[in-house]
Amino acid sequence: MSGKKVRTSAVVMVAAAACVVTSAACTSEKVGGDSSGNSGDQVAIGLVTKTNTNPYFVELREAALAQADRRGAKLIALAGKFDGDNQGQVDAINNLVAQNVKGILITPSSSKGVLGAIAAARAKGILVIALDTATDPADAVDATFATDNKAAGVAQGTYVRAALGKEEPNVLLLDGTPGSTVDDQRHTGFLEGMGLTENSPEIKGTAVTNGDQTKAQTAMENLLQRDPGVNAVYTINEPAAAGAAKALGAKAGSGDVVIGSIDGSCTGVRNVKEGRFAATVMQFPQKMARTGVDAVVEYADNGTEPSGFVDTGSQLITDDPVPGVPSKDTAWGLKNCWG
Amino acid sequence: MTATTTAPKDRSAARRGRTLMKWFATSTAAGPLVALLVAVTVFALTTDTFFTVDNGSLIVQQVLVVGTLAIGQTLIILTAGIDLANAAIMVLGTLVIARLAGESGMPPLAALIVGIVLCTALGGLSGVLVTRLALPPFIVTLGVLSVLTATSQLYASGQSFPVTSSLLTWLGEKSYLFGRIEVTVGMTVMILLTAGVWFALTQTSWGRNVYAVGDDEEAARLSGVNTKRVVLSVYLLAGFVYGIAAWQALGRIPNADPNAFQLGNLESITAVVIGGTSLFGGRGSIPGTILGALVVTVLANGLTQAGIDSLYQQVATGVLVIVAVAVDRLVRVRAT
Repeated sequence: MSGKKVRTSAVVMVAAAACVVTSAACTSEKVGGDSSGNSGDQVAIGLVTKTNTNPYFVELREAALAQADRRGAKLIALAGKFDGDNQGQVDAINNLVAQNVKGILITPSSSKGVLGAIAAARAKGILVIALDTATDPADAVDATFATDNKAAGVAQGTYVRAALGKEEPNVLLLDGTPGSTVDDQRHTGFLEGMGLTENSPEIKGTAVTNGDQTKAQTAMENLLQRDPGVNAVYTINEPAAAGAAKALGAKAGSGDVVIGSIDGSCTGVRNVKEGRFAATVMQFPQKMARTGVDAVVEYADNGTEPSGFVDTGSQLITDDPVPGVPSKDTAWGLKNCWG
Repeated sequence: MTATTTAPKDRSAARRGRTLMKWFATSTAAGPLVALLVAVTVFALTTDTFFTVDNGSLIVQQVLVVGTLAIGQTLIILTAGIDLANAAIMVLGTLVIARLAGESGMPPLAALIVGIVLCTALGGLSGVLVTRLALPPFIVTLGVLSVLTATSQLYASGQSFPVTSSLLTWLGEKSYLFGRIEVTVGMTVMILLTAGVWFALTQTSWGRNVYAVGDDEEAARLSGVNTKRVVLSVYLLAGFVYGIAAWQALGRIPNADPNAFQLGNLESITAVVIGGTSLFGGRGSIPGTILGALVVTVLANGLTQAGIDSLYQQVATGVLVIVAVAVDRLVRVRAT
């Protein structure tokens, strides 16, 4: 009797774990563009984002839908359920191939995990363009339209170093997710901009935040217990920066600690304006989406294939500019932000 | 069954020692207490920064949200159920409160009450499905989890909602005891909630019925307990507790985010299991759960300060869960 009960509960626990994984692996679909009548001649474009809830990818999707409308194409937007959901993205690509799309725009959650599905799509003559995040190797896709994340990291690091002035840096690094290409590029770029290396003694601690505000706040609180003398913080994105600012409390706004960030969401720019963190590096998801849609439409029209890496640019936003680091103020930022 | 044993009148040391031994052998809270003491001792000896007043306060602040969720989870697991939807209920609660008080301009108190009532009702919804349709709690709450996660995303449409009202962020308000110890209102609320639920479970006939239903529902029913009503009341009370957790969450981070606490359900189950509550129902306690939640938080906090990669924090937590369930199983086998 007790043996049977135990086995039942083991099944329950396994099922609990499985449900977390599988419910997350589902994808969801949103179709836009002109779907009435002659869908035979209409160019179908697939879009696979990392998630469909993150405002960044929502903006990217909306911009792609609008551009597809303008160009008379049909856009099928799919997404993984969470950032890092490789299986969901692979399923999405397979679905798009089955729907005979002309091109697929993808923001890969895993730069390597998605390669097989991409190769299968390209073998069928489908143009595949990576948006926002490059694959590894980058030539696994026809072209990449993205922020140069390393350059964005360098901009953040250069600014933070310059804003410290003569102070010796005591840096905390709030990373995103281990193994994520974008996260690694930003991290490496930041250290380069700061003039540090991975093993520099100036780095007082690092933490994995998954770009989540709650986790970032908890991690920052714990790191600050160990090193109260921190004066500079790298953050993977703006929610992580908001968590760091909350953990620092009054210190964040006083200029004692320079928090740098990357993203350029409207919430993030407002936080810069209100002094919660010093600067953020803005990306332009709308531009990635528009150029991506245009490229597929042109490929369908006359066979022109884009190639290589196309930098869609990034822009440092701060109200405390420092000499030698090009920046725009938050008024400009609020006009051009996303989300 | 519970952590309480009456102190013997006899003053002899040997007798007292035996009583202590007996308490360790029978109390479900003894395991997590030992684990907590070991963890605190190790971190106090190996780092300079762990065993400080500030850090102690910080750990308690970090435990508030998941700890409150775990109180509700304990109630449900005591009836041999499980709640996978608790964090999703709480997150929807925070969103409703923040939007009503924010853009809809409702008075903060009214928004808070609506949020807590909503959480209570959603807890009750699972309860109705479990009792009236006799569905397994695991499946019911899995379904509710899925529905509410999507509902929150639709309701928020990719946005998060900051709250500014001093009532809504009141639980995060800090003050200083003896001019030195940082305490928040949320800690007081947590202590009151813990004491209240613990009292109800151990000192009232309702509490005895909850344990009885969890231990053997059929036997409880035959001895005249309205088991369905007891189980429904447990889900309603748990829902109310999730509403309080929503208030705690807004106090800690004054921003309602549909993507927050995605693993809150599993984290609360982890706290309950490490806290010595049996997944088979009928055995466990609220103090054990609080200790279990503290163990998980202390591990994350201490390992960070010891400079150990955060992935090892997950390894340590996972090992503890398995040890806790193994101990529960051994106790069960010996008892039968």
